[in-house]
Amino acid sequence: MSWLAVLVLVLVVVQIIAALFSVWQKDLLLAALGTSAISVVLSVLFYLLQAPDVALTEAAIGVALSTIIFVIAIKKTDRYEE
Amino acid sequence: MLYYIGAISLILIGMYAVLTKKNLLKIVIGLSIVDSGVNLLFISVGYVKDATAPIFSLPSLTADKMVDPVPQALVLTAIVIGLATTAVALGLVIRLYDHHKTLNINKIRQLKW
Amino acid sequence: MRKAIAILLLAIVGYYFINVFIHMPFGEKREGVGKYYLENTVKETGAANVVTAIVVSYRGFDTLGEVTVLFLAATGLGAILFGKRGEKRRLQGASVIVKTTSMMLYPMVVLLGAYVFVHGHLTPGGGFQGGAIIATGVLLMFMSYRHFNVSHNALTWIESLAGLTFATVGLIGLALGTTFLQNFLPLGTPNDLVSAGIIPIIYIAVGFKVGAELTGVLDNMLKTIR
Repeated sequence: MSWLAVLVLVLVVVQIIAALFSVWQKDLLLAALGTSAISVVLSVLFYLLQAPDVALTEAAIGVALSTIIFVIAIKKTDRYEE
Repeated sequence: MLYYIGAISLILIGMYAVLTKKNLLKIVIGLSIVDSGVNLLFISVGYVKDATAPIFSLPSLTADKMVDPVPQALVLTAIVIGLATTAVALGLVIRLYDHHKTLNINKIRQLKW
Repeated sequence: MRKAIAILLLAIVGYYFINVFIHMPFGEKREGVGKYYLENTVKETGAANVVTAIVVSYRGFDTLGEVTVLFLAATGLGAILFGKRGEKRRLQGASVIVKTTSMMLYPMVVLLGAYVFVHGHLTPGGGFQGGAIIATGVLLMFMSYRHFNVSHNALTWIESLAGLTFATVGLIGLALGTTFLQNFLPLGTPNDLVSAGIIPIIYIAVGFKVGAELTGVLDNMLKTIR
């Protein structure tokens, strides 16, 4: 297999593991960081699919702004589930 | 083909979080994961093998070997609107917590504040 | 019990999803609207970035709708969190290293955001990306200094004037006898900075508006922390 296919396989596996971690975790702060990890991997996958505009948008909005509003909402409510 | 499997599994994991979890913040996280999965599915439909990005910066690039530009224009709008929806949902969660002092959906039963 | 029913339902949905996407082979050339846009963009609009030309010129009315949706979301968030504003933020400032570094980085981040939305028709980028980068730069200053304030009056004025510019440029096209959002300025040569008619003007207005809106949303949410 070419090195590009191996890279895509590794990135997709990391993304699925981050999604499962974010759903099963009881500490809500770590779950919000899992969503941010999904956005980073998604931005690299958009670049490999030859879409530079969409990669720039996902990196600017999904990584920085979406995570900060989750953290502010967690600070105003409980940190642990149940 | 690997891209399709990754996007569909993200959608299914996000929907599982919306269907079975009891904490309100976990449900909003699940909605955000479904958004990301749908955007990835859209862009991977428009990919053409051995083609390049749709920007005419050099005069030697022909229109023959470029990927489809229409799904990229649609996903650009969808990402921004996903952020706006998540922000409004989190504002509602903050107000609900101030009134009921809990985030368990089994304990929030009344419809007016 | 509830988890078992959910997993069964999701397995059925996943099976039908994969059944549809097996018949859409990955990476094949698709004919249709995309082919027309790729061949005729440089002649008709003069922009080098095809995605920008689709978002602003061919589908400009949808961009006007999206800007309206963002404006409604920012206003709605301000209305939901209304009773809790006005309390002073009593957060602590950061240490000396963080303060000095963020003071040096802040003008460069704002400049990068402005570069991205001015060159939207030549390189990847545009109004929405540039506005998000500017909002991230202002957030850096909010996190480091205790008394850094952006006046709400200035944000409201910038946002309203930028939205009014977008609608006025579209109405000028209607007043000249052709369609709404018609390209009425001369096209120029491709790959120049001043080219492509009204596309740079609209993207500059959108960049200002999105930057001011996202800064307002962050300010609203940060002010409610005690």
